[in-house]
Amino acid sequence: MTRAATASPPQSNWRRGVPGALLALVAVLAFAAVAPAEGYYLNILMQASTYAIAVAGLVVVLGYCGQISLTQAGFLGLGAYCVALGTVDWGLPFFVALPLGMIVTGVFGLVLGLASLRLGGHYLAMVTISFQQILTLVLTNWISLTHGPDGISGIRRPVLPGLDLTGGRAYLGLCLAALVGATFFTWRLKGSRLGRAMQGVRDNEIAASTCGVDIFRIKVVAFGISAALGALGGGLFAGAFAYISPDQFAFNESVVLLTMALLGGVQSPFGALLGTCFLVMLPEWLRFLRQAYLAVYGAAVILIMVFLPDGVWGLIARRFGGRGRAQTAGAAGELPLLDRRAQPSEEIALKVAGLSKHFGGLKALDGVDLAVRRGTVHALIGPNGSGKTTFLNVCSGLYRPTAGSIALAGTDVTGMGAHQRTQRGLARTFQNIRVFRGMTVLENVMIGAERPGNDVWRNPSGVVSRAVGALQFVGLEDAAHLPVGALSYGHQRYVEIARALAGSPDVLLLDEPAAGLNLTEKRALGELLSRLKGHGLTILIIDHDVKLVQQVADHITVLNFGKRIADGAPGAVLSHPDVVAAYLGEPHLHEVA
Amino acid sequence: MSLFLQLLFTGFGIGAIYAMVSLGFVLLIRAANVVNFAQGEFSMLGAYAMLILFAGLGVPYLLAFVLSVAVMAVFGMVFAGVAYWPLRHRGQLPVIISTIGASILLANAVLAAYGPSPQTLPGMFDNPGFEVGEVFMDSQYLLILAVAALLVLLQYLVFEKTMLGKKLQATSQDKEMASLLGIPVAVMVLITFAYSAAIGGIAGVLVAPILFVSTGLGSLISLKAFAANIIGGFGSIPGAILGGLALGIAETLGAAYISVPYKDAFGFAMLLIFLLLRPQGLFGERIAEKA
Repeated sequence: MTRAATASPPQSNWRRGVPGALLALVAVLAFAAVAPAEGYYLNILMQASTYAIAVAGLVVVLGYCGQISLTQAGFLGLGAYCVALGTVDWGLPFFVALPLGMIVTGVFGLVLGLASLRLGGHYLAMVTISFQQILTLVLTNWISLTHGPDGISGIRRPVLPGLDLTGGRAYLGLCLAALVGATFFTWRLKGSRLGRAMQGVRDNEIAASTCGVDIFRIKVVAFGISAALGALGGGLFAGAFAYISPDQFAFNESVVLLTMALLGGVQSPFGALLGTCFLVMLPEWLRFLRQAYLAVYGAAVILIMVFLPDGVWGLIARRFGGRGRAQTAGAAGELPLLDRRAQPSEEIALKVAGLSKHFGGLKALDGVDLAVRRGTVHALIGPNGSGKTTFLNVCSGLYRPTAGSIALAGTDVTGMGAHQRTQRGLARTFQNIRVFRGMTVLENVMIGAERPGNDVWRNPSGVVSRAVGALQFVGLEDAAHLPVGALSYGHQRYVEIARALAGSPDVLLLDEPAAGLNLTEKRALGELLSRLKGHGLTILIIDHDVKLVQQVADHITVLNFGKRIADGAPGAVLSHPDVVAAYLGEPHLHEVA
Repeated sequence: MSLFLQLLFTGFGIGAIYAMVSLGFVLLIRAANVVNFAQGEFSMLGAYAMLILFAGLGVPYLLAFVLSVAVMAVFGMVFAGVAYWPLRHRGQLPVIISTIGASILLANAVLAAYGPSPQTLPGMFDNPGFEVGEVFMDSQYLLILAVAALLVLLQYLVFEKTMLGKKLQATSQDKEMASLLGIPVAVMVLITFAYSAAIGGIAGVLVAPILFVSTGLGSLISLKAFAANIIGGFGSIPGAILGGLALGIAETLGAAYISVPYKDAFGFAMLLIFLLLRPQGLFGERIAEKA
């Protein structure tokens, strides 16, 4: 357990931001105590604070997880109606109705998230719009439950023993305190394992799934959180104004909330806060064009998309960015997989039997057998279109095989999804690089280190030191805090390799790691692979570069037209007549040509 | 039975409107990979253009119709330049959000100019229609059906029989390859936007005598067209037409036999059911897994 000792914790993570949040809490409570106790400005403040909580929900689902949601006003409305009906019709105390609303709405959010199982982008946008429209119709027409288009009045504010929150200032204090809580929660979420997984899903779903992230579950959770935050804002909104009606939660309002998030910057709860305050104030400033102010909203959305893709906060963060990063100096942990000094053994780490994959009439793979022994480097080579990458995609669970079976260390994984295979010790890289472009190099590798089943995956400081260790191994520890897109193509490939290594996998699949690299980079890659060799890691590498393969492989399998044409020790395989023919063409074809 | 046939006729008429808008919608998806949430605003603007020209300036009906459609075609290109062109390399989500912004901008700009009260626009014929058996054939619905059929035929001929059509198809299938072959992709995309807006405008002018002209017309039609599209199969041309008809009929029957206030909910409910159970729609390709 030497690695536990070397992994000096960068910070006690659970306290991150807590002092700031407490300070903000004191500040807002002090502000509430001197704020106007009634009237227009109090209303503006209450609207801004309750909306901002709902907008924080959009930050989670759209900003972090990349799933478009056009029903945030619907969630706001569900929360508001739960509090309104709860306190007016059902006689529930405010603080029972509010969490009830969050739960009910959260469940709606989860169900809506289920739709993302097979749908993304425009489909999901449409599902959320449909939900929003149906909700508005129900709120308007189910009069016996919702009081119909007239809405509900007389909504009561909470009274706790010894604490009366019905006054304007006291209730504003409650709203602002909830806002501080929601903002803190959303901010902390971004740096957490769940938040990173969401961002991974946003940036590259396939890569996220091969890092062990259950994409579907993450999306559903993001929708649930976003709905619950919407309901929290809505419940407080209902208490603030004592009256609600269906048109306050219609599709237009969803767009307004979306605009708030986008304007401020959907990547950050502070941006969302900024955008909300700005747009709540905007009608006040645009009073002179009262009629047209929604038109200005619409124009603002287009202009923001064109000129401010990261919102106002994106601009601010870029200018003042770079502070408050997790400390990494001296945090480098060792890669446990490098502690292993296992000799190549006869034990089979990855066994593939009779694997076939047909695309329509095309047999991309046709009954391929392959066994990778533990601790060896096994190369899979073949001409273009021979089925190598398809083989890797079926092995890592991105494609379902037409026939055949795949076993990891004796466990059949044929029916499992990509993330489940990764959890059982599989890792891979991609020929056409799949890094998480919205994140830093370190964050990319941290997602790898958070592979469920890895020994440190639940331990935040362990994850950081494991990730830094992996970056050190590939020589990129100095680039840890750069956005991954700033790196060269070759270095991005190293980030992928580091991401895979950080998860301490048992079997590593490398998909044409030399593709697109120049000669120097190829040589460096060869060295890296040689360093990996002999550490007990089992590697299956696909490549064209016979020189590289010769340099590192213990065993070679050759594919052509989806079938295995040779298998064995490198020397014998590479001089096999069928292999020579596959690579150089049949002799008689040459003569014809 | 006669009620049922009457409803079927009405449903077909409304469905043909949805089908036309949905058609414009599909063409944009295919040519530019743009999911245009402002598609219905094309219809709303077309109807307002007709209102200004015909009811306001007294231009003869047919001429006003043609001018309105021409205005919409030009508007389609302007729309492309503002809401799509600057964002074309930034993926689908920014464009979706930008078209949503455009939809709000257009609806509310018209609202600010013309106010919320719905305007009436007369149909093309003075004769309200005639009876066949027990079914009343409303002349405006007949016109809608005829124009829709003509447009589908025309579009088929252009796409399959002309060089322009081939170029448009090539652009929609593979922009990079099309541009390597010397097809001016930007022009093709612009033409598609123009055509898509024009066909939306036609639908708007035709539906105006039935639904009144109001600023809410656009978002209503947008959502229906989108729903029709998903029911028919996303990005499929026959799917857009049949999805539109199916939606129109389902809505009309639902309103008559089940519930009037929830008329608009049937479309959305149908949409949700399709999305969850058969997301590829009636005619769509399986949503491919990518790796």
